[in-house]
Amino acid sequence: MSTVEPTPTATQRLGEQIRYWLPAVVVFGLGLAAWEWLLPDVLGVEEFLLPRFSDVVQALVEERDELLRGAWITFKEAFGGFVLGSGVAIAAALVLARWRPFGNALMPYMIAANAIPIIAFAPITNAWFGLLSPWSKVTIAAVLCFFPVLVNTLRGLTSVDPESVELMRSYAASERDVFRRVRIPSSLPYVFSALKVASVLAMIGAVVGDYFGGSLEALGIVVLSAVNLSRYSTSWAAILVASIMGIAFYGAVALVERYALRWHPSVQRRT
Amino acid sequence: MSVSTSVVSINGLSKVFGKGGVTALQGIDLEVERGEFVSLIGPSGCGKSTLLRIVGDIIAPTEGEVAVNGKPARKARLDRDYGIVFQAPVLYDWRTVAKNIALPLEMLGWNRAKRAARVRDMVELVELGGFEKHHPWQLSGGMQQRVSIARALSFSPALLLMDEPFGALDEMTRERLNLELLRIWAETGSTVIFVTHSISEAVFLSTRVVVMSPRPGRVASIVPVDLPQPRTAATREQPRFFELVTRVRESLHAVGADEVEETLATEDELA
Amino acid sequence: MAARVGKRVVTFLLVLGGLWALWEGYKWLWERTAWSKPFRVDDLTLPHAHAILLQLGESTSTGDDLWLFLIRAALFTAKSAAVGFAFGAVVGFFLGVVLVQFDVLRRGIMPYVVASQTIPILALAPIVVRGLGSVSIGGSPPPDWVRVSVIASYLTFFPVTVNTIRGLRSADPWALELMHSYAARGWTVLWKLRVPSALPYIFTALKIAATASVVGAIIGEQTASISNGLGGAILNFNQYYVLEPKNLWATNFYAALLGIGFFLVVLLAEKVVVHRAPERLV
Repeated sequence: MSTVEPTPTATQRLGEQIRYWLPAVVVFGLGLAAWEWLLPDVLGVEEFLLPRFSDVVQALVEERDELLRGAWITFKEAFGGFVLGSGVAIAAALVLARWRPFGNALMPYMIAANAIPIIAFAPITNAWFGLLSPWSKVTIAAVLCFFPVLVNTLRGLTSVDPESVELMRSYAASERDVFRRVRIPSSLPYVFSALKVASVLAMIGAVVGDYFGGSLEALGIVVLSAVNLSRYSTSWAAILVASIMGIAFYGAVALVERYALRWHPSVQRRT
Repeated sequence: MSVSTSVVSINGLSKVFGKGGVTALQGIDLEVERGEFVSLIGPSGCGKSTLLRIVGDIIAPTEGEVAVNGKPARKARLDRDYGIVFQAPVLYDWRTVAKNIALPLEMLGWNRAKRAARVRDMVELVELGGFEKHHPWQLSGGMQQRVSIARALSFSPALLLMDEPFGALDEMTRERLNLELLRIWAETGSTVIFVTHSISEAVFLSTRVVVMSPRPGRVASIVPVDLPQPRTAATREQPRFFELVTRVRESLHAVGADEVEETLATEDELA
Repeated sequence: MAARVGKRVVTFLLVLGGLWALWEGYKWLWERTAWSKPFRVDDLTLPHAHAILLQLGESTSTGDDLWLFLIRAALFTAKSAAVGFAFGAVVGFFLGVVLVQFDVLRRGIMPYVVASQTIPILALAPIVVRGLGSVSIGGSPPPDWVRVSVIASYLTFFPVTVNTIRGLRSADPWALELMHSYAARGWTVLWKLRVPSALPYIFTALKIAATASVVGAIIGEQTASISNGLGGAILNFNQYYVLEPKNLWATNFYAALLGIGFFLVVLLAEKVVVHRAPERLV
């Protein structure tokens, strides 16, 4: 007996999607309502802890020019640090992958280096480049990105199935060919998961780096000076902008990942 | 230069792993003629896979030498005389079926048109028409192994080395692929060295079965298989087939390893 | 065994020596050639490594030697970070357990917990620390270290929740069927199967959080001008950087050691609790 599985129609599939995401939408609505009314009116949460949602939106609208200018400055710092840190990390990983014993010996130290509170070094990079220079933030963001990308790329390049390499050996492939056709493609899933982490770290490095000085218009400075002036809704609006930027940056990397890994089972099954 | 039809000639070969460690192979002598199908069979630990890898110059012998087409193994590898099929299909996930088959052709520097033509022939040979654009993980295990065989044969290597290629497949698929392999072997006239631990598979496929003993790995006996060609499903029911299976089984018993009992027990269950 | 320890010690010394050589070599080359890219190198921007070590023996304005002063500061920061870390980890774990039991709740809340991983939460530090400074609990604002530990706890909370849920859902379906065949109850399945298989995931999050909570504590102190901890010391020495740069460098070394120390403690706990080679350390 062969029963044909009924292929779900477009409407049915849409219905399923809606049913799946409904709780998330409800929570979103409840969350906003709580933020707007429950916390300030019922629980008496003060403005300096969390201003009313509508106040934050109002600040967002009223000060959009200042916030956008700050967001652009901070984004440039984050993006510069991301490209610089990840680029150097990937290059270093390619070198270390060719000298395996060296890379293996250094691995624990690179992992431990990841535990260093690098943002705390912002005052020193300010002393290097000058208080107002974007380069101190770029450096902090770059160093933050460097270690996770290095460690994951190296792991991806070296954890290749040995038979894949034996196969290339049987074709008398050069070391370069093994890298180009086996090690690099199979490391890509590792590299992209590190790049997604790095995109977040770069944003953190740029925004928090601003707390230690920088262009007076940068987003982090807006947060800090608004707090100092007790304009809490403005600082929350700036945080909101930083969060949206963070999500967008992460999403952009994830989009590139989907394109670069379109062969990957996890990507194909999603479509 | 001696005129010889030997494709593979192994002389006094030994392999010791580690410093003063385990002797995997000892004093192996073996000749494989052009167009032969030779199976290596023996309990686990008899070094049959190691022997195959030494012939393919994937690992180096401790003593003795291997000549392929009258050349040292290393020279043969650099001349791309080998096609290798492992137990796992070792396909690259980021390449489609067609591109996986074309991999060795790219290494040989064939141009696009020539590659496409050969891939078309190979897809036909292993009966995978219509799956060229699929990615490996979209195929069943048996289909993946056929892609792996097509890839190994694509550049018409002088010698096909197969390391338990059907070991991970179910019995039905295995028998079908056995027949298919024999057809391909007859059509291409290649020389095959085939590692297996299934007695019936060895007898069914081979022109000679080499029985190996464990610790250290040696050639215990060689059983010539005089079953008529071409072989079909009916071959498995001929009395001569059973006689040869029994002979190989007795040779394995004579080897006297515990693991043989296990191997035979599973054989008997299946018979 | 002894040989392996010996090899590790040698590697460690080699790495230290290599770092020192890189540091001094860079300083020497840039000073000699007077290169100004990416920044001009002199004793102000990059002091000698050994000079920073020697500075630890100098006395500070508080009267203590620098090394002792910094240990006190590091302990203050460590207290905030550790309390916040522990609180965030416990809350995160239990929220994860609850969310896994109730699928509707999970689908409702999970997207936001995941999204929290993509936004710079650390940026909230100044608002939270300052804001809590205006709250009054029993007539006075919460002590400084508590305000700072709040940051450490929310930086820990989010990754632990996400990974607890992932880990609890990662239990092998066959093992779940086996439990089912024993007619095991929900709690038994949770404690005997789901939690053990979630542990590697949870420790991955804890390792990220260990570092993050130290960073959070330092940044919290800095942005709120709380002077007892390492963050305060950084702020203070930064003001006198032109007079004595080595104090700030030494403080940052302590911060680095504190971060690595927290990480190693979690790593050690993982080795004890999870009987499996730790693979993904990041």
